[in-house]
Amino acid sequence: MKFNLKVWRQKNAQAQGKLVDYTIENIIPDMSFLEMVDVLNDNLVRKGEDPIAFDHDCREGICGMCSMYISGRAHGPHHAATTCQLYMRSFKDGDTIYVEPFRAGAFPIIKDLVTDRSAFDRIIAKGGFVSVNTGQAQDANNLPVDKADAEKAMDAAACIGCGACVAACPNSAAMLFVSAKISQLALLPQGGPERNNRAINMVNQMDEEGFGNCTNIGACEAECPKEIKLTNIARMNREYLVASLINE
Amino acid sequence: MQNSVLITSSIGKKLIMGLTGLFLVFFLVVHASINGCIWFNDEGKTFLYYAHFMGTNFLVHIAEVGLFGGLILHMVDGLLLWKQNRDARPVKYAYSNPSANSKWYSRSMGLLGTLILFFLIVHLRNFWGPNRLNQITTGEELNLFQLMQEDFSNLWMVVFYVAACFSLFWHLLHGFKSAFQSLGLNNVKYNKAIEIAGTAFAIIVPLVFALMPISFYFNLVH
Repeated sequence: MKFNLKVWRQKNAQAQGKLVDYTIENIIPDMSFLEMVDVLNDNLVRKGEDPIAFDHDCREGICGMCSMYISGRAHGPHHAATTCQLYMRSFKDGDTIYVEPFRAGAFPIIKDLVTDRSAFDRIIAKGGFVSVNTGQAQDANNLPVDKADAEKAMDAAACIGCGACVAACPNSAAMLFVSAKISQLALLPQGGPERNNRAINMVNQMDEEGFGNCTNIGACEAECPKEIKLTNIARMNREYLVASLINE
Repeated sequence: MQNSVLITSSIGKKLIMGLTGLFLVFFLVVHASINGCIWFNDEGKTFLYYAHFMGTNFLVHIAEVGLFGGLILHMVDGLLLWKQNRDARPVKYAYSNPSANSKWYSRSMGLLGTLILFFLIVHLRNFWGPNRLNQITTGEELNLFQLMQEDFSNLWMVVFYVAACFSLFWHLLHGFKSAFQSLGLNNVKYNKAIEIAGTAFAIIVPLVFALMPISFYFNLVH
């Protein structure tokens, strides 16, 4: 397969970036998008040019490192998939593909397609720590958990923190991510003791990082590779409201 | 524990938007119900009876101040959201395909709201303004039914009102459901009901409003 690529190139955080045209041929349809970029980079290196910097790690859709805004969508045109799970057979031969970094003021560009998503880490850190008992393993039923709540918490915990919600949101809001983290712990007894602090501290940190405001557009849910639901945001709104009202 | 800044936080802003939005939705119900009385075809008798009550009752006057307050809060909050959300992405995407993951009217609430505001200025200038002015200067109320008959004999005014109802339709189509989500009133048991109620409300209320100038224009009301 042959593709015309328009890739965002930017030397560093301060430099002015621009879209650069590349043509790539002999791409196997079953290559992942990242493998296609690998081939392109190999070509660039052979020509003595600077390869395209991009984030990637596990390449099996669980780490949340691969980003890229492909043809106008976070992680490309597939539903519930990361960029490493996007295959070139999803495109037509000869397609022009735009490749841009996840764009948000809170995700500054480091180089080319690599963005600094450590704002998410700082939000997580504000959530505090759930202590884990060491020593002898507890009896499995020491802490009863409602099966339905356990399922909801597990669904929320599926969030890999990739930032696609921020990238897809017209407002650059991070509420789907933060709500998944708040929900996961609010639903379980282990997260109970610091539930109110957590809601307030994480939301405050989210606002401090300069993410936009949520207006319930729903693009985040549609683009989330782990299908995190908007109901988590409603739960976060509730958690935050209650915590604010009883906050001493 | 850190102090929460409920009102100015990102979630606080959506709470304000949701609460004022639902308050304005309630106003729309009252407004549509009273104005719907023109269809009794009794030369506006029933309509004018309620219009007189709304125009002279002391408690309604207080509620009116609250209504303008709520409206201003809704608009200021909207402006703030628009500005902050625009600034949250300093470098825009060169190519974006938002229609693949969201509805255009959900993304255009600021624009739709601004269109409704333009309508509101004209609308208040047509009816509420002259009526209150007359009340203050002469103590007499204007015959709002006659005023409607006069204004809605003008085709352009009718077209303008109907167009504004489309803006309201799309604004409500997103806003009604959105308010419940913002307030955290979200439960799989009720989501479907909220969805249906929101869509029905967004269709019915603007339709009722749009039919008023149309009815006057075609002399269906007398």
